[in-house]
Amino acid sequence: MGALLEVRNLRTHFFSRAGVVRAVDDVSFSLGRGEILGLVGESGCGKSVSSLSIMRLVDRPGRIVAGEILFEERDLLQLAKEEMRRLRGSRLAMIFQEPTSSMNPVFTTGSQIAEAILVHERVSRKAARERVLRLMQLVGIPDPERRFRQFPHQFSGGMLQRMMVAMALACNPSVLIADEPVTALDVTIQAQILDLIKELRDRTGASILLITHDMGVVAETCDRVAVMYLGKIVETAALEPLFEAPRHPYTVGLFASIPRLEETVEWLQPIPGTVPSPLDLPAGCRFRNRCPHALPICAEAEPPTLEVAPGHRVACFLYEAGGRA
Amino acid sequence: MSERLLEIRGLVKHFAVEGTREMVHAVDGVDLGVMKGETLGLVGESGCGKTTVGRLVLRLLDPTAGELLLDGHDLVRLPRKELRRLRFRMQIVFQDPFSSLNPRMTVQTLLTRPMEIHLTLSAVARQARLEELLEKVGLRGEHRSRYPHEFSGGQRQRIAIARALSVNPDFIVLDEPTSALDVSVQAQILNLLKQLQRDHGLTYLFISHNLSVVRHMSDRIAVMYLGQLVEVASRDALFTAPLHPYTRALISAIPALTPRGRRERIRLTGDVPSAIRVPSGCRFHTRCPFASDRCRSEAPTLRQVAVGGEAHQVSCHLVP
Repeated sequence: MGALLEVRNLRTHFFSRAGVVRAVDDVSFSLGRGEILGLVGESGCGKSVSSLSIMRLVDRPGRIVAGEILFEERDLLQLAKEEMRRLRGSRLAMIFQEPTSSMNPVFTTGSQIAEAILVHERVSRKAARERVLRLMQLVGIPDPERRFRQFPHQFSGGMLQRMMVAMALACNPSVLIADEPVTALDVTIQAQILDLIKELRDRTGASILLITHDMGVVAETCDRVAVMYLGKIVETAALEPLFEAPRHPYTVGLFASIPRLEETVEWLQPIPGTVPSPLDLPAGCRFRNRCPHALPICAEAEPPTLEVAPGHRVACFLYEAGGRA
Repeated sequence: MSERLLEIRGLVKHFAVEGTREMVHAVDGVDLGVMKGETLGLVGESGCGKTTVGRLVLRLLDPTAGELLLDGHDLVRLPRKELRRLRFRMQIVFQDPFSSLNPRMTVQTLLTRPMEIHLTLSAVARQARLEELLEKVGLRGEHRSRYPHEFSGGQRQRIAIARALSVNPDFIVLDEPTSALDVSVQAQILNLLKQLQRDHGLTYLFISHNLSVVRHMSDRIAVMYLGQLVEVASRDALFTAPLHPYTRALISAIPALTPRGRRERIRLTGDVPSAIRVPSGCRFHTRCPFASDRCRSEAPTLRQVAVGGEAHQVSCHLVP
């Protein structure tokens, strides 16, 4: 799997009155062709800002201050605005968490998807409409002719999210970024949308960057995973090794704190403390004040990213001398 | 633990839809008992009425019909004054710690105001109790003079829990208490709630959409769908031998935490029907993969079934 999208040393910072928030701070990852990569972490870790950076949708006071985002051998950060706009919504598409706030309430849903096609391609209205109806069928919307003419408020959350998926697919994207696509949905509907996303990858060969806080969603859907904490990627691995043998103390702690259906325990093992303020990051490793294994060196230097097994990378001093912990 | 603290009988709550004659059937005939010292989980998807049940139980909403008995006191018919005297016994922790704490009050005021209203304590005793509460929920003495915005979500939920405890209740409704929190912090709060229950013999009604969390916390679990209970059973019975097709679908839809380790899935098609125009017969029949003609016309009732001698209630024609 050659990389289709490659993010190199990305830094996106927010220049607020209270100080600089380094929301994404030297982040690198790649997305292979036809791959589903999960970008996971808790609120404020920078996973959404990473995805917005790829789409170049970061607004003031935020700014991409360094890095490269290579897509089909071009650096997206160097493209002219007009060129970027042509890619956005066509080759690079995005699905957001809240389907209800992603659509304009005063236009019919079908016409909004058709418009996305008309903006990017020279096709007739009729052809655009026909393609929308086909897409609606593809994403499992019953009675597309009628649904096409309906407004967003006439849809349930799950159905509207299907429409958002249809819109994202309208111009055959090669990269689809899904930012918490099922978080706002009920669990029975979640399962349907996740199935749909996997089917689409199988059918269209698109690469998918799935952003989520939910390890269950990752286990269900992804091929590979990158775990983020406070603006940094702390661990990257294929799905099985990450779940079966997580290495970074943060990843380990995250798994231990989740109640599981298949296991009964009296007490959960939380990660102690709270995430530090992004305005006041600890020096050295950002996780050290919550880490049960912190060493003196963790306070002094940023941990190096080490490859502990082929394709399994961890940013932690514990693995420096050949791997302990 | 077989003594009932709270008894819910035939509880109904309908909301009028503005400008129409239609009614939202938010809660439509719920019978449920909560035993002293237990955690009863109430699960269901959005719009099923679980939150409304929680608010009705505390009389934050007036029921359309039904009875609510707390230790034998009829909460529905009780005069307002007497109801207020019972309020200290039942408290609630809400989902969103950002909107449930008055931003203009310090932690000290948030925690001592309820004591002033409900308890007869001297100012000195209130201060002592404040100290004790802060320590119990894992906050420090210096936090008392701070305002809610100075705290993280997890710490705010600790404040909300301390506030609920401040009047020494025996029953607490926990309405999605960790849904707004990250999982690493959620674990801290769940552990805290369990510890407090042990130390004070509290009874919880734990409302959540998250089955893994409900399973972790509850002794018994009630599953709700479109305003009605479809199944009530002990935690283990519900998860090892769920009887209602909706419960089975719900459990099977939860992503497993093991790669490709997906449970055999019962696929539900379609959307949750509207609570304004509820389906005829069994309310679940429009999404049930096993529905028959009888399910479409005749509404099942919640009834006791014998499964290995354990109390297990289910509302489904297909269960023998």
